[in-house]
Amino acid sequence: MRRPRTGVTVAIVTLAAIFAMAAIGPMLYRVSPAAMDLAVANSGPSAAHLLGADESGRDVLARLLSGARVSLTVGVCAMLLAVALGTLVGTIAGVAGGWVDSMLMRLTDAALAIPALFVVILVLTFLGPSVTTLSCAIAATSWMGAARIIRAEVLVLREQLYVEAARALGVPFGTILRRHMLPQVLPTIIVVATVGVPSAILTESALSFLGLGVQPPTPSWGNMLSSAQTYLTSQPLLALYPGVLIVVTVLAINTLSETVRTGRRG
Amino acid sequence: MRCDEVSSSGLRSSSTVIAFLLRRLAHGLFVMLLVSTVTFAIMLASPGGPSLLADPKLSVVERTEIVQRLGLDQPPTVQYTRWITRAVHGDFGRSFLYQTPALETIGTRLPATLLLAGTSLLITLVIGIPMGMLAAARRGSRFDRLVTAASGVASAVPVFWSGLLLVLLLAVWARWLPAGGALTEGSDPGLVDRLRHLVLPALVLASTGCAEIVRYTRSAAVTTLALPFVQTARARGLSGPRILWRHALRHAMSTVVNVIGLQLPRLVGGAAVTETVFAWPGIGRLGVEAALGRDYPLVMAVTLLVSAGVLMASLFADVAQMMIDPRLRTA
Repeated sequence: MRRPRTGVTVAIVTLAAIFAMAAIGPMLYRVSPAAMDLAVANSGPSAAHLLGADESGRDVLARLLSGARVSLTVGVCAMLLAVALGTLVGTIAGVAGGWVDSMLMRLTDAALAIPALFVVILVLTFLGPSVTTLSCAIAATSWMGAARIIRAEVLVLREQLYVEAARALGVPFGTILRRHMLPQVLPTIIVVATVGVPSAILTESALSFLGLGVQPPTPSWGNMLSSAQTYLTSQPLLALYPGVLIVVTVLAINTLSETVRTGRRG
Repeated sequence: MRCDEVSSSGLRSSSTVIAFLLRRLAHGLFVMLLVSTVTFAIMLASPGGPSLLADPKLSVVERTEIVQRLGLDQPPTVQYTRWITRAVHGDFGRSFLYQTPALETIGTRLPATLLLAGTSLLITLVIGIPMGMLAAARRGSRFDRLVTAASGVASAVPVFWSGLLLVLLLAVWARWLPAGGALTEGSDPGLVDRLRHLVLPALVLASTGCAEIVRYTRSAAVTTLALPFVQTARARGLSGPRILWRHALRHAMSTVVNVIGLQLPRLVGGAAVTETVFAWPGIGRLGVEAALGRDYPLVMAVTLLVSAGVLMASLFADVAQMMIDPRLRTA
């Protein structure tokens, strides 16, 4: 490792900037993302609209800022739900063993074998697309990796001497789980979680692109790209901004999670 | 290992292979059953019903007639039992949207999907594996950093975005390649025309998978190159390329094969986004249309087809891994 630090620093600074932008950006840049002004529709950058206006004359920068909130919220919430569900399934399977374990693992296999996109579509048409349902739907199709990894860890931990010792001392099972096993699994959970965010952001943008995500006029990076597709030839910049933001965000999180992972290994 | 041990393990392996295949078959059938139950349940739970019932021109009588004809008024368990009884006999029902047998509808889309998936897989392997191996061999070099960075960027780019940009650059501005479709409508499509339509979607679909293969190949090869057998080969005076491509490649592939197996289904079922960007008439888009239109028979047929593909791919990956890694055969 010749230059381990620069990349990580850049990633942390970038991420902090993006999250800060989503958090306080709309307060600093007080232009409504929904206000339409057809007079400036499809215009380029100007003093009134720093990054120009879209096909309905809405301010692109304002929409990018408020879209950041949607995309990041869905990314983080979906990851949290997926990791929670995966940890639950993995822990139960690993601890219980026997038929409970094989039942849960077959269910995991089945979930892996179902084409994720169709399930998400069905669930979204069932519940209606919103930030909450999007997070749930994405989580419902992405908990399997976490479940498998956590189960494998728990299976190893269960046989550790100190766990056996705790059991022999008569420590209640819940306490063993909480005090002796979960802290050991935590680093793995964190790694799984950091990998989960970018993939959830990408899935959200893909769903929005197919018209299944957060519904217009609420902007998200994905649905901004989707509507930019129509004006690709006349207004290519509209397709550039949200795409660059997605790539930069995903890249920064991936860099961080790579560091967490390799740092753990030693 | 002595000679008799080799032959006895060979004998043992042929019977274990059959037992292994039978076990996997039973496991696969059980998973398929679960998949069908779960999908059916989610589908029936979705409100609104099939989109063909939403036609405002239908009278109440006509609507009731359709509902009765399709058996949609029956309890879910009855509907599921009837569906699975027919499915076991190879009858997946008629698509609501297309008014054709579901399997036939899938059949018309399958060639385009297989062409796109096959080409993407080929691109993925031909670029991904050599790049990963070379990066590992020159670990820490400028080339290694470049390959690692490129694969990082490629996996961060949403496929629909890179698709849009490529369409803009190569199809709209440069006019080198067509923007979408599988062939030029109207004219008699020749091989060149089909290939020109194939280039962009195949490259875009391959990009994510290729990035993944590069990363896994590199990390597997880095581990492999540190193993004693590689040092032995070096000590024997074998050339660097020979060690890399003859000795290390096979060892590294035993883990990479599994990743390839995991990617196969994504190329078929998960290509919906790429297919949408390039208006490619494949299975992924068909599945999305079917799910959006609540086309029950078609959703079930596509889901089961893709799931069967997933299970087959993971079986192939396991068998391939056994063929590459002799240690797994006797286990």
